[in-house]
Amino acid sequence: MATEILMPALSPTMEEGTLAKWLVKEGDTVSSGDILAEIETDKATMEFEAVDEGTIGKILVEEGTEGVKVNQPIAVLLEEGEDASAADDVSSGAAEPAAAPEGDTDTREAKAPAAAAQPADPPKADASPDYPEGTETKTMTVREALNSAIAEEMERDENVFIMGEEVAEYQGAYKITQGLLDRFGDKRVIDTPITEHGFAGIGVGAAFGGLRPIVEFMTFNFAMQAMDQIINSAAKTLYMSGGQMGCPMVFRGPNGAAARVGAQHSQDYAAWYASVPGLKVVMPYSAADYKGLFKSAVRDPNPVIFLENEILYGRSFEVPVLDDFTIPFGKAKIARSGSDVTIVSWGIGMSYALEAAEKLAGEGVEAEVIDLRTLRPLDYATVIESVKKTNRCVTVEEGWPVASLSNHLSAYIMENAFDWLDAPVLNCTGKDVPMPYAANLERHALITTDEVVEAVKKVTYR
Amino acid sequence: MATKKAGAKPNVSAEELLHYYREMLLIRRFEEKAGQLYGMGLIGGFCHLYIGQEAVVVGLEAAADEGDKRVTSYRDHGHMLACGMDPKGVMAELTGREGGYSKGKGGSMHMFSKEKHFYGGHGIVAAQVPIGAGLALADKYLGNDRVTFTYFGDGAANQGQVYETYNMAQLWDLPVVFVIENNQYAMGTSVKRSTKSPSLWERGAAYGIKGEEVDGMDVLAVKAAGEKAVEHCRAGDGPYILEVKTYRYRGHSMSDPAKYRTREEVQKMRDERDPIESVRTMLLDGKHASEDDLKSIDKEVKDQVNEAAEFSKESPEPAMEELWTDIYAKEIPQGEAV
Repeated sequence: MATEILMPALSPTMEEGTLAKWLVKEGDTVSSGDILAEIETDKATMEFEAVDEGTIGKILVEEGTEGVKVNQPIAVLLEEGEDASAADDVSSGAAEPAAAPEGDTDTREAKAPAAAAQPADPPKADASPDYPEGTETKTMTVREALNSAIAEEMERDENVFIMGEEVAEYQGAYKITQGLLDRFGDKRVIDTPITEHGFAGIGVGAAFGGLRPIVEFMTFNFAMQAMDQIINSAAKTLYMSGGQMGCPMVFRGPNGAAARVGAQHSQDYAAWYASVPGLKVVMPYSAADYKGLFKSAVRDPNPVIFLENEILYGRSFEVPVLDDFTIPFGKAKIARSGSDVTIVSWGIGMSYALEAAEKLAGEGVEAEVIDLRTLRPLDYATVIESVKKTNRCVTVEEGWPVASLSNHLSAYIMENAFDWLDAPVLNCTGKDVPMPYAANLERHALITTDEVVEAVKKVTYR
Repeated sequence: MATKKAGAKPNVSAEELLHYYREMLLIRRFEEKAGQLYGMGLIGGFCHLYIGQEAVVVGLEAAADEGDKRVTSYRDHGHMLACGMDPKGVMAELTGREGGYSKGKGGSMHMFSKEKHFYGGHGIVAAQVPIGAGLALADKYLGNDRVTFTYFGDGAANQGQVYETYNMAQLWDLPVVFVIENNQYAMGTSVKRSTKSPSLWERGAAYGIKGEEVDGMDVLAVKAAGEKAVEHCRAGDGPYILEVKTYRYRGHSMSDPAKYRTREEVQKMRDERDPIESVRTMLLDGKHASEDDLKSIDKEVKDQVNEAAEFSKESPEPAMEELWTDIYAKEIPQGEAV
């Protein structure tokens, strides 16, 4: 049967093109792969090849014709034994060109899950304690809490292993992995060469292959070299595979400013990672949260970014003495109750938030301080409920101000609690500069407690 | 009919040759059909065809055992068909339909099959290379003797992460076969215009990795080299590099202006080195099959591809709800650990 040769789409954006030149004429025999014509697209002049074999029965569009629509018949191909009259039959009854159905003609509105956009009915805040009252606690540093969390998870599941620079024989550049090599051996505590892009990708492959890798970046500044593997390979695979395979693993390491290490070693990546669907992002403050959230991170079936802080490593907190203490993701903690203003923070920002709250209490302002703890999923409900109670909000974030999480929170609060606000939401963030080295400049580039106090006074009109 | 007949190369049965013929032809017809559907607007975006390179995956799959893994770049349709994935599911993914391997959410470059140990389909040049080594690390860790075939092109061979991976794969003796599919052009840049290295596989020597060059237009040569590489890996001797010299007849993707090489160069390859034609000649000359036998295989393959194309048109577009699914897993999506 004679078939029509249609004007092909030769690029993802092409809708029409110019039939620049025919390289065959009526009566020519063609086979698969032969060049039929040259077609000028929006991108380039391209050769158009035959797919089927046969004889060119009729040319329907003369060369030099501009604006030939994709899928318009341009010639008729005759099969073996057909004569030219068959070409007329086809071209007179030119069929409607096949077109891909358009997705956006669907009138059904795509429904976003509650946390992603604006929930009609926001979930209620979960204010339950992380562990029962009266549980015995022990004073531990963040470093000790993290070390014990890693060890407990490696003990629990033999497919959990840790890899990174200096995690084994050196005992960890920041001593987070101290003692793990002796305890678990070099099969499970793996020193890598200095090669972030490569070992992040190997970690992703190991997760695809059934293991539960913990990949340590000596600091998250170096993870920029591995960003492609984290975002494109780890975060997106579950979606791209239609749910068939995902990437259960943890990327962890210190994030944000340390002290006096200059611009390339002092950046907070919270907002970067928190913007990526497919990642879970955790940024704890207290030792108990480090422990409980890290154990949850290892067990989570998704890629988790666990953002630590070098300055916090040595700080001590009370940690519950429990056999298996975990904290679920997406549950903020009210670190201090108050009724005059809500201060929202996470990670090291909590130091400034809590210090400011203490100072403000001395001046008769009772601040409610919320520690988000996980940035994706984010506990919007706890924030909104608090703002509806206090009617004012200040955010505290170490990272840069532009496109920050603070910006996102402000927008979210405005959209969901506008009528409850008595003042604009103010963002206290790091300054919009690369981190300077000089001690006085560095101090000023970071957030200060006084700035938080000042912001609270502004929103409480004092 | 595993009997050897005179005329075939040593140790190749008629059955085996017919298998290669059918597998390579399936890829070619599938890709031709994909090109056609693209032209009709049924396939969108990027679509990278494998026509001309069929002997590479078919030869290497013949060297693989059950449970061995494979991972590749975005020119991935051939790899999926060769490892036994269903042409219907692959084609329906190309058309972005519910019946596709990724429910229409991945597209040409992003498909996976846990069942067939196919780990993608990766759209970022060379990103699959450390992933392949990671899959091999998992196998070594789990103590099975599986091997991972990690495919990448001559273009990817200039990416830094390839060499980061070589270093660690050799350091840790990972059972991974690095397959450089050297089709001589990275998009439109020929190998000669991108490196002064006389060969790509020899770069492995800097890390202590053995390898060799293979004629990628000869399926039997590819299979033999693949067997050697697999044996090396399974023996615990670490990675192995195969630089398979091949040729892509079509453009890099569908929107390729074809200005970087001559039509004569392409035609010469098709006429003189076509991998399917040479197996066909072997079959006929060796009297393993008659013209009619081959014609009936051609018809079966054509029917199979047409069936896939029909399925890919009839399968509905994914439901709108799918926009919001598979972003996070609720439980471990990997059943692979043994």
